[in-house]
Amino acid sequence: MTAALALGDDALVLSHRLGEWAGHAPVLEEEVALANIALDLLGQARMLLSFVGDEDQLAYLREERAFRNVQLVEQPNGDFAHTMARQLYFSVYQHLLYEELAAGEGEFADLAAKAVKEVAYHRDHAEQWVLRLGDGTAESHERMQLGLDALWRFTGELFEPVGGVDIDRSALSDRWLAAVTSVVERATLTVPSGPQSGAWAAGAGRQGLHTEPFGRMLAEMQHLHRSHPGASW
Amino acid sequence: MSSSTDWPLWEVFVRSRRGLSHTHAGSLHAPDAEMALRNARDLYTRRSEGVSLWVVPSTEITASSPDEKDSFFEPAGDKPYRHPTFYEIPEGVKHL
Repeated sequence: MTAALALGDDALVLSHRLGEWAGHAPVLEEEVALANIALDLLGQARMLLSFVGDEDQLAYLREERAFRNVQLVEQPNGDFAHTMARQLYFSVYQHLLYEELAAGEGEFADLAAKAVKEVAYHRDHAEQWVLRLGDGTAESHERMQLGLDALWRFTGELFEPVGGVDIDRSALSDRWLAAVTSVVERATLTVPSGPQSGAWAAGAGRQGLHTEPFGRMLAEMQHLHRSHPGASW
Repeated sequence: MSSSTDWPLWEVFVRSRRGLSHTHAGSLHAPDAEMALRNARDLYTRRSEGVSLWVVPSTEITASSPDEKDSFFEPAGDKPYRHPTFYEIPEGVKHL
């Protein structure tokens, strides 16, 4: 129950953030790519939240403190490089996690087996862009590094235990760091050196504590349903 | 959406099933071939439309000129032996 809510909220919130690029992406092709990733995540969120209860109720009528997503996924898009940094950190984590869940026999094995193909593509998309922006122009390099640095302190939370997801979190963290380091270094960038967890790191999203921009995001995501309950077309 | 004009244009060819040939599906902008393939996947094969993709730089395509239309496309009509119209197509033959 807790696990489905945590994983489902991660997917739902990141889906909404990526959806915010619609109409604002740097090029049309990339707008479609981001919307596709958002739709994949929305599909995962629907399945996961339906384990817990009514998906509309959960998405549109919960208060901020009832959401269990990690703080990484609620961070605003920033510029394109910032979004790609968030995508790299999250999709590498999600890919490694879902691969492991799919290989196991837990309640999420079937769902993870379906989702892992989608997530592999999200990861590839993020890695391709980090490589190109990092090893691109002086400006793209600088922006990509800024994105990686700014979001680093949100990454420790990805590896905190979630009740109901029975995997070795520290092994997952090691594999994540190795994968991210490999991409970042090939992109001629530097893996941030600040703390991932501890006093100066972020990460109480799983307990329902969220960062300031999340409230505004929820207001936008929920206002239509709250203004017109039960509306349909 | 202005920077897309800085990127080269690519023509996309999709093979919809094994055994069929690749068919032109459209075009897109991308910074390089690998990204062009990924964009093509997102734009043209998301609903299981294909099993294989080609991307070709549009500048690499040599097209016939509209001025040469007659000499290219209107062969003499008095040589019916050029047209395989005397054969019955056997039943059950697909993709002909």
